[in-house]
Amino acid sequence: MQFMLLFSRQGKLRLQKWYVPLSDKERKKISRDLVQTILARKPKMCSFLEWRDLKIVYKRYASLYFCCAVEDQDNELITLEIIHRYVELLDKYFGSVCELDIIFNFEKAYFILDEFLLGGEAQETSKKNVLKAIEQADLLQEVRHHLLHSNCAFLSFCA
Amino acid sequence: MALKIVKGSIDRMFDKNLQDLVRGIRNHKEDEAKYISTCIDEIKQELKQDNIAVKANAVCKLTYLQMLGYDVSWAAFNIVEVMSSSKFTYKRIGYLAASQCFHESTDVIMLTTNQIRKDLSSPNQYDTGVALTGLSCFVTPDLARDLANDIMTLMSHTKPYIRKKAVLIMYKVFLKYPESLRPAFPRLKEKLEDPDPGVQSAAVNVICELARRNPKNYLSLAPLFFKLMTSSTNNWVLIKIIKLFGALTPLEPRLGKKLIEPLTNLIHSTSAMSLLYECVNTVIAVLISLSSGMPNHSASIQVSLRSIQHYLGLLAMSKILKTHPKSVQSHKDLILQCLDDKDESIRLRALDLLYGMVSKKNLMEIVKKLMLHVDKAEGTTYRDELLTKIIDICSQSNYQYITNFEWYISILVELTRLEGTRHGHLIASQMLDVAIRVKAIRAFAVAQMATLLDNAHLLTGNTQRNGICEVLYAAAWICGEFSEHLEDPLSTLEAMLRPKVATLPGHIQAVYVQNAAKLFATVLRGQEGAPADRTVAQETSQLLIDRLPLFVQSANLEVQERASCILQLVKYIQKLQQKDVEVAEEVTALFAGELNPVAPKAQKKVPVPEGLDLDAWINEPPSESESEDEGRKPKGKAVFAKEESKHTKPRYTEVDEKELAKRREVRKAEQANNPFYIKASPSSQKVYQDGVGVEHIPVVQIDLSVPLKVPGMPMSDQYVKLEEERRQKDKADKKKKDKKKRREKGEKGRRRKGDSGPESEEDITPAHMVDITTEEMPENALPSDDDEKDPNDPHKKSSKHKKKKQKKEKEEKEKKKKKKHHHHHHHSDGAGDESVQNGNVEEEEPLPVSNQSSSIYSMCDIQGNLQDGSQVVVSVIFENKCDSFIKAMEFNVLDSLNSKLQRPEGAGPHDGLTVPFQLPPGISNEARFVFSVQSIVMPQKLKGTLTFIVKTDDSSTHEKLDFKLHFTCTSYLITTPCYSDAYAKLLESGDLKGSSLKLEGVSQPFHHLLARICFHHHFSVVERIGSCASMYSRSIQGHHVCLLVKTADQTVSIDAKCDEPGLLGNVLDEIKLTFSQC
Repeated sequence: MQFMLLFSRQGKLRLQKWYVPLSDKERKKISRDLVQTILARKPKMCSFLEWRDLKIVYKRYASLYFCCAVEDQDNELITLEIIHRYVELLDKYFGSVCELDIIFNFEKAYFILDEFLLGGEAQETSKKNVLKAIEQADLLQEVRHHLLHSNCAFLSFCA
Repeated sequence: MALKIVKGSIDRMFDKNLQDLVRGIRNHKEDEAKYISTCIDEIKQELKQDNIAVKANAVCKLTYLQMLGYDVSWAAFNIVEVMSSSKFTYKRIGYLAASQCFHESTDVIMLTTNQIRKDLSSPNQYDTGVALTGLSCFVTPDLARDLANDIMTLMSHTKPYIRKKAVLIMYKVFLKYPESLRPAFPRLKEKLEDPDPGVQSAAVNVICELARRNPKNYLSLAPLFFKLMTSSTNNWVLIKIIKLFGALTPLEPRLGKKLIEPLTNLIHSTSAMSLLYECVNTVIAVLISLSSGMPNHSASIQVSLRSIQHYLGLLAMSKILKTHPKSVQSHKDLILQCLDDKDESIRLRALDLLYGMVSKKNLMEIVKKLMLHVDKAEGTTYRDELLTKIIDICSQSNYQYITNFEWYISILVELTRLEGTRHGHLIASQMLDVAIRVKAIRAFAVAQMATLLDNAHLLTGNTQRNGICEVLYAAAWICGEFSEHLEDPLSTLEAMLRPKVATLPGHIQAVYVQNAAKLFATVLRGQEGAPADRTVAQETSQLLIDRLPLFVQSANLEVQERASCILQLVKYIQKLQQKDVEVAEEVTALFAGELNPVAPKAQKKVPVPEGLDLDAWINEPPSESESEDEGRKPKGKAVFAKEESKHTKPRYTEVDEKELAKRREVRKAEQANNPFYIKASPSSQKVYQDGVGVEHIPVVQIDLSVPLKVPGMPMSDQYVKLEEERRQKDKADKKKKDKKKRREKGEKGRRRKGDSGPESEEDITPAHMVDITTEEMPENALPSDDDEKDPNDPHKKSSKHKKKKQKKEKEEKEKKKKKKHHHHHHHSDGAGDESVQNGNVEEEEPLPVSNQSSSIYSMCDIQGNLQDGSQVVVSVIFENKCDSFIKAMEFNVLDSLNSKLQRPEGAGPHDGLTVPFQLPPGISNEARFVFSVQSIVMPQKLKGTLTFIVKTDDSSTHEKLDFKLHFTCTSYLITTPCYSDAYAKLLESGDLKGSSLKLEGVSQPFHHLLARICFHHHFSVVERIGSCASMYSRSIQGHHVCLLVKTADQTVSIDAKCDEPGLLGNVLDEIKLTFSQC
């Protein structure tokens, strides 16, 4: 996998992970292009498209688009499963995840992603193991839980 | 309100944490940029503080801003600071920021090496974990080199969590620092059998990725992976392994055979679509590599394809289409359905597939469907795509699938109704092409074009930049050029001179003007026949005189020039008309002569005038030493070539071996880098092996004495066969109702003679046979058979038929000759009715295999293998001449003590070799067989058999064909250039034994004689003085063969020397045979 992007229906980037070394300028250009292309597609359209020499696999979950770029020989369907697995992981971790969880805890979203994929390859296929690793790492971090909770209160208010 | 509550409840440690920042940005939607710039200022302040917690918080915020697209590269050093914090909390943030913000050109990366190394060896596995994760994103070649060892150690860490990460990151390290692969590979291989499934799958991942880049090196792991595949239940791992096999099978077909079964089992058992898709992909790869179809398996693919999502199914089908078109064709309906899909990419895929699926039978039906879609399609890009596809589909392989060109013209005309397409010029060029090349269609085309011209206002419509008006270019030209077919040329002429024409683009107007003149000529001719209409002719002149000034004023120079020319001409004609002079004849003469298309190979067929030698140097060849000095600068000195050569010659002898080798290297490099240097094909130029510079190679002038002649059937006859086919097809289809009724009218009149047999009565389809007219060839060009090599040649098919027929007829006659003499293409006897290949004969020596069966024709070339002195490669071309499918061919040769067919390992000495392809009717293919030869001194004859199965519709029969392979001594010789110094040395050395030969009654010119020896016996001319020449060749085992050929009064004497007298004797015998045959 070359990179993964998460963006909202409004085209705001929510998460980006690049597994190939690219300059900031290129990254920006690619994500702008892709966001535009994908948002222009109708809901019933196919989840795969060919873009430059890459294959783009995307899927929409609620208001968020998950989009991965894979190489030509890669399997599109397994990429879809990777996306789905990641969403499941987020869901398990945040407890029915919503876009705001990812905005406010974007570093957590990254940590989960990093436990799941490494260098663009799936490193752990077991959900349980990924979450266990994250929990233990979190324990190490001095997390003040009330901070999280207060956020949730705020979020529910905003929503 | 809420904000206050939240703020109150938090024991705030920092001025503003990440959440505050996000919230702030959301609250400042209007002036986001301004808000962020103040935030960045705050962050800068925070970064200046000593407190690591504050710094980490600032870096965390920066990471977020970076995602929003703000430049944070200025904080790279602070990120490194946070990374090196001893607390996991901060370290984690630091590595995250680094993995997001750093890339290869970030210079602070080199400061991180030691920090990362420390983290990698941390007792805390999560410290190591974040370091590995971070590293995977920003690893540089330097980091990879420095840390490769540390990571390798981690691959054997006690914790699977670390092992798995270390294994995965090794892939990135290999990419950046390939040298690390070799030492790390054994350990990586070990990990394939790691007890932890996570580590195992990581190892599979890495090896699969590596193997995709260079599959060859990983073939040895195939058994291990095969075991994993059959034992693993993890779909993620399975997919990777199966993908790996997909990359390996093209290299090892045996693997494919083994895979088919487990893969089909998986296809039937798995419920995971992704795995199914991967299996299907690999099965396709296997089928391609096996090249022989396995019908039962492809059937199972069919089933699974239906269930896969549309897009991927289509993708897979397009892969199958390349090898098994039949199995895809049955899905035509499904594919046509996909054209209705909402998603454009699916529709485009389906279109691609249709391109490969059309046949004569279904073309009309498919195009009809496509036309419907054109009408429905929204969005010009898609509609344009459809349009180009329709044209591509119809015109592919030279209109191969079009049986009715009237239909095609109507399709093109219908396409012009499309609004706003960009492809007007495409339609136009198709119209021109068809109208020019298909003579029988011209009348119809002209009528259609006249209508188009008449309704030009519909096409030009409202927009100026409408691409469709290009069609008018074609229409005007066709109407003008073939105006004799026009029913009412006058009204067309009128249509072409309407004032509205002046709004068309210049190049179209120019064509209008020119063709108006052509039409004028036609009108005149038509009217002068009937003297009563004299006034009409004068009116026509007046019409032109009235309308042309409009064009004379045109801003376009071309239009202006043509218009004023023609205007003056018409004025003059009018004058003559008023004097009652007959002018039609002269005016028509202006446009006399038919414009025919020029055949693509016309240039090649221009015979070289006598006395012109295209290969001869005009000036002395530039000397090597000079080009060294002056590089590639153009040389003005060429005039003094004579002088040059005088003093450069002695210089050669002075340069020593080393210097020469050096120069050769330099020049090779130069040639490799020079895009203008045409590299010699390996077969046409053999490298002289005695370590002497290539610069010594003399230019050998080979002029082929064999005339280029083809059995004298006229070109148009080729279509007889095509027509037969068509009639047969029509018979079968006749029950089908004609769908295109509107094209029935006028069809009877145009029916060609050939069709007017008894069949034509029952032949309902209007598909009359249309010829593609003979393309123009230069005068006295000699058509030759090598046309056949062109895969796009429209006449290919039919000319093959022709050739085959002749072969059958001549078989008896030839067989005798063939047995006597192996030089198949020397048979150009006086009648000149043997086909000759003149392109590829320098090295090859076709050896016809005498054969009894009419179903297979084969022909073979024997060629020495330069690399291996004991190997000879025999290329056999098999051609299926019968109407049935031939399969399971097995080639076997009875080995002699001296020559043995090389069989794959494990095969017995009497086992045959399977020919790796099947032959549908009329197809030929080439297979190569390697023979090992011990002694090359004697010519050899090997007996062999070819067994095969002829499959007809209802039965299949086993047949056998005996043949003889004749290895002549000549076939062991390899044309090797030699320069005269070396030649002289060779003769002086005294190692060579002599022999001689006299040929009486040779009447051909000396240079023909030399060419013949060069050509048939693989010699090269070393030097030629008058009627005396020295020649040289080398055997594959390194024997030198030298000839001195002299001629006087129809007597040729050949003195030969060779270090192997036996070989020499046989070669001389063969030369004698060659000349006794001519």
